[in-house]
Amino acid sequence: MTAVVATLVPVAAERPRWRFVRHSAYLTVRSLRTLWRVPAFAIATLVQPVIWLLLFGQLFKSVVDIPGFAAGSTSYLEFITPGVIIMTALFSSGWAGTVYIDDMKRGVMDRFLASPVSRGAMMVGTLAYQAITTVVQTAVVFLIAVVAGARFSPAGVGVTFLAAVLISVIIASLSNALALLLRQQEALIGISQFVVLPLQFVSSALMDLALAAAWLRGVARVNPVDWAVVASREALQAGTDWAAVLIRLGLLGALALGMAYVATRAFGSYQRSL
Amino acid sequence: MPTSSMAAVTAVDLVKTYPRGRGKPRVRALDGLTVEAAPGSVLALLGPNGAGKSTTVRVLTTLSRPDSGTAYVSGIDVLAHPDAVRRTIGAVWQKASSDPMATGRENLELAARIQGASTAAARARARELLTRFDLTADADRLARTYSGGMARKLDVAIGLVHHPRVLFLDEPTTGLDPQARAQLWREIGRLTGDGVTILLTTHYLDEADRLADRVAIVDRGRIVVEGPPEQLKSELHGDTVQVELSSPEAATSATQALATAGLREAAVEGSRVRARADRPATAVPAVLAALEAAGLTVTAVSVARPSLDDVYLRHVGRAMEVSA
Repeated sequence: MTAVVATLVPVAAERPRWRFVRHSAYLTVRSLRTLWRVPAFAIATLVQPVIWLLLFGQLFKSVVDIPGFAAGSTSYLEFITPGVIIMTALFSSGWAGTVYIDDMKRGVMDRFLASPVSRGAMMVGTLAYQAITTVVQTAVVFLIAVVAGARFSPAGVGVTFLAAVLISVIIASLSNALALLLRQQEALIGISQFVVLPLQFVSSALMDLALAAAWLRGVARVNPVDWAVVASREALQAGTDWAAVLIRLGLLGALALGMAYVATRAFGSYQRSL
Repeated sequence: MPTSSMAAVTAVDLVKTYPRGRGKPRVRALDGLTVEAAPGSVLALLGPNGAGKSTTVRVLTTLSRPDSGTAYVSGIDVLAHPDAVRRTIGAVWQKASSDPMATGRENLELAARIQGASTAAARARARELLTRFDLTADADRLARTYSGGMARKLDVAIGLVHHPRVLFLDEPTTGLDPQARAQLWREIGRLTGDGVTILLTTHYLDEADRLADRVAIVDRGRIVVEGPPEQLKSELHGDTVQVELSSPEAATSATQALATAGLREAAVEGSRVRARADRPATAVPAVLAALEAAGLTVTAVSVARPSLDDVYLRHVGRAMEVSA
């Protein structure tokens, strides 16, 4: 039998890297097409950051007056803009795995896994979709903040876009991995909220941590959400400490790659459960 | 096994267990299943839900790994070279497997491109399959708006997009109306004409009888009997006499009377008794006389050539329960 195997294996062989790139493109198109076809969902992703910005902007309006709050920034709107952007990316991406759950409920997931589709591309397809959603949401928040009178440096805007995309890749990878391990909508949402909310509040997204408890500042130092908020805010304000920005972007980039890799491995775990 | 390298599908001694929860023994979904399909033939795995049919398909389509055993599809080792197997097979699952938020055409084009077709080739192949499955008029509607029969046709079309050498159909007609079912049966017949090997699972005896060159009856993770439907039926020797009585109790006491009348292998199923008669023509009067002597009221009597139903009953020891 071995001889037969040897003659048949090279059939339709393709360089794995090209397959990965091509399949990523096809599956990204597939997810964006789906987004486009559910207008209610697309509108919700646009309205959500607006509500966060206006709600939190009004709620915490006077915290800038607290002595010691964010030395140098005079407007809470400017302070909170990067916070709301990262928070929006975080919350939207927590839901990323629901796409896989839908594919599992229908037989789409099994069909793909029994086809020569690149597993890495299946991951990239959903991550690219999240990243693009995040870019649009970030643009909306910036637009509204500028209309409301905030001013930002172009370099800072660029850094914020990058940090938001990286956070969205990290959290969407986590959500995808959870979807493959749990295979259940309710469990996925429960655990993902349990992760996302603390990440949000143990960060300087809405509040200057200089005014928070010391232990919280310690925890925030290892919180990727805080890395993203601090990098963005630092780059947006005058007198940027670029070393602090680049270190955090580097950490976020490494974590995003690592999380995407781990999440791709979770396909194996899903298949073992079949 | 010299024949195995010639077979389109070979599974040898497959074992697959699933955890059932803490402290409980694992469920043995496959318990040493061995089966083979010749190129260009239709093999039907017949059995009720939970017999291990779908698990067999999942293993052979590289979706799931067995605990032990070996499997070859188109001569390729499924465990060692899953990606090579995935290029030679098509699969249609029990659940609809088209993307509901894409149109029929988009579904086909994406599946073709994943299998390595160029943009132009994928478009042409999608058009061809839409025509063949009579879906052209609905090609640009979202798959979620398709009726059950249309969605099933789209699933089969997606499975055929790359001209697979082996097509797996996991309960392809479950939930279809009779018309859609007949249409799918015709299509399956056409495929074997093209030289495609088909492995289908079903719990419909008539479907296995009608489509399959060979039938393998699956029970508790093993093949209990395997062969061409005609051979399996003729091995039963004699026709089936079926007697309908007024109650299950009457049916039970009737088995004795049937034995007196010279019938073999009597089996009770509700208020019905089935038995095998070597000379059916003379058996019926004898049966009626014996039942009357026993004081039992007969509602109906029928004689039939053995069906796969009888084959199943004989080898599994109980009638097949169809839950769908």
